Amino acid sequence: MKKKIGIPKCLLYYQYYPLWKVFFEELGAEVILSDNTTKKIMDDGVKLCVDEACLPIKLFYGHVLNIKDKVDYLFIPRLTSVSKNEYICPKFGGLPDMIKHTVKDLPKIIDTEINLRKSKKKAFTTALEIGQFFVSDKTKIKKAFKEAITSYGEYRKKVKQGVIPTDILDKKLSVVKKNDENMLNIAVIGHSYNLYDKYTNMNMIEKLKNNGINVITVDMVDGKIIDEKVKQLNKQMFWYFGRKAIGSAYHFMETGEIDGIIYLMAFGCGVDSFICDFIERKIRKNSEIPFIVLNIDEHTGEAGMDTRLEAFTDMIRWRYRDENNLSAHG
Amino acid sequence: MKITFPHMGNTYIVAKSLLDDFEVDYVIPPFNSKKALEIGTKYAPEMSCLPLKINLGNYIEAFEEGADTVLITGGCGPCRFGYYCEMSREILNDNGFNMDILTLELPNGNLKEFMKRIRKLTGGFNIPKVIKVVKDTLHVSKKVDSLEKLTFKARPREVKKGSVDRVYKDFQKDILNVKGSKQILKSIENTKNKIMRLEIDKDYEPLKVGIVGEIYTTIDFFTNLNIDSKLGGMGVEVDRAITVSGWITEHILKAIIPYRKDISYKEASKPYLGAMIGGHAQETIGNSVLYANMGYDGIIQIYPLTCMPEIVAESILPSVERDHDIPVLTLILDEMTGEAGYITRIEAFIDLLKKRKERREIGEELILSGN
Ligand code: SF4
Ligand code: SF4
Repeated sequence: MKKKIGIPKCLLYYQYYPLWKVFFEELGAEVILSDNTTKKIMDDGVKLCVDEACLPIKLFYGHVLNIKDKVDYLFIPRLTSVSKNEYICPKFGGLPDMIKHTVKDLPKIIDTEINLRKSKKKAFTTALEIGQFFVSDKTKIKKAFKEAITSYGEYRKKVKQGVIPTDILDKKLSVVKKNDENMLNIAVIGHSYNLYDKYTNMNMIEKLKNNGINVITVDMVDGKIIDEKVKQLNKQMFWYFGRKAIGSAYHFMETGEIDGIIYLMAFGCGVDSFICDFIERKIRKNSEIPFIVLNIDEHTGEAGMDTRLEAFTDMIRWRYRDENNLSAHG
Repeated sequence: MKITFPHMGNTYIVAKSLLDDFEVDYVIPPFNSKKALEIGTKYAPEMSCLPLKINLGNYIEAFEEGADTVLITGGCGPCRFGYYCEMSREILNDNGFNMDILTLELPNGNLKEFMKRIRKLTGGFNIPKVIKVVKDTLHVSKKVDSLEKLTFKARPREVKKGSVDRVYKDFQKDILNVKGSKQILKSIENTKNKIMRLEIDKDYEPLKVGIVGEIYTTIDFFTNLNIDSKLGGMGVEVDRAITVSGWITEHILKAIIPYRKDISYKEASKPYLGAMIGGHAQETIGNSVLYANMGYDGIIQIYPLTCMPEIVAESILPSVERDHDIPVLTLILDEMTGEAGYITRIEAFIDLLKKRKERREIGEELILSGN
């Protein structure tokens, strides 16, 4: 019988699932995902996790509960770093320990450390280590890793072309309602697990799209552009997400194609508390692009969120109308 | 150039010694206060951690007294502290406080850049002199810490309540009028002697509580509402493994002089937290285990709201509590923390520890008497 490995559908699932899935399947395991976030998953997580944690970590607890009894292994790597000289967040580094010391009756946890801070090459040795849980044949693991990287590369390529990650992950293209309004380009900044978890952000991206808006997320910005843009920073940004977000924000400010920027912030996120403020300062100082911060937490109401989104897009549209009325060729 | 720096407990004494010896012009910000916190809260991002807020309050109050350059340490993550310098720079400048930030850190291990900054600070001191000043500073920081440790031991045993604090608080104030490492050391020595001469109850066996958690809130007496002194007043002996001198060596001085850090906490934390994740989470877990092994009666964890590493530690501490049979109290601080509720929780915790101890002692007596 195939060994079942469980992957909680949250946190870095949105970034690395195509890699993890292919890797484990190539090794003969069956990958089991937790369900999409529901009220129950969120409530369970909130109940179990310490009060002070950020929403995404609470959700992670909920997803672990949702899936733990259905699998032989749970994949909760210690994610110290996924990029050179950078970290993710202290909580990612401590995640397997947090789970092990709070959740009872767990299956075996694969908590191998992923730490590419010193070198990207470490990825392969890490894969070897994880692969050992399923097969001992190194060439087989090597092959699985190669396939996984290819799958990941394809995924990244599509995202960079502008496809919303969940459209790929869920294997369906979201149907966008026809809209007579002019297409607006709105950039959205936030952790992937906030941007693409439809339950926690109350379907924000779809709502924007249905409102005649072309959504560009930080994940669609090319890494090379980000590398270039962050050179203007006084001090190197050491959070992977922070660098990506700041680099993208500079890019959005400078392309001249972006009509508005939304920062989607999770309640209690230490990284967001700095990055959002930093970006807001830069945008307000150096550009005229409308900017809004939307907060999500376990109590955010959908109505309030919708009102703020609509007010923001309406405001942008009004601005255009005014400008067009004034300009000579309008 | 007129330097200032953020407060954190007794750090100002050490910073003063360093800057005096370097003959640098500087302003010590007014002590942490409600006002400093209010100013900082006004300008800092709402969800930022408390130390950044108070730091900003310090800078702005020092700015008003003529400071134009902030001296702080940096780091490269994973926690927010490593970006305090940049956040402060942006926030101060956006609000018209024209201040430069001088970060003493080793940017990617770059010693040259570090020495350049030291030279900027000292205005061209030669290297042997720099090393001497650094050594003296280190010495001062160790003495400041051992004086503090003495107060930890003396407070619960003092016969006249408040006598230790009276001497100690005077020292903390009067040190502002003293100049240079030599005089500072002398003043520390005098204070130590004064405390040693206070009347104490040698036979008293206090409860022992280990304080762990995020560094700023555990060390800074304003922020933690004088927890050391409050516990001492309740007859409890405290200890805190994280100290000003440890922090200063870790962040600034180790670039210049070699030192070996005591890492027994790392070993102790291993079964619970398998890696360094930033901040002091590993210390929190490891030291809790060590305190339990040393026979302490309880642990108090303190951290500021939204503090990332300590949230991880808090999630793990229940296992330490269970495995080592030692009660843990977690106190979370923010700008809204009210003193009344805070004290009530501490008192309730100490009551619990007392009862446990009594029960245990009765148990031991029963065993000894053969019942
Ligand atoms: S980056 Fe923010 S949201 Fe993500 S785990 Fe860390 S604190 Fe939570
Ligand atoms: S350790 Fe806590 S208080 Fe210190 S910078 Fe990190 S999050 Fe802030």
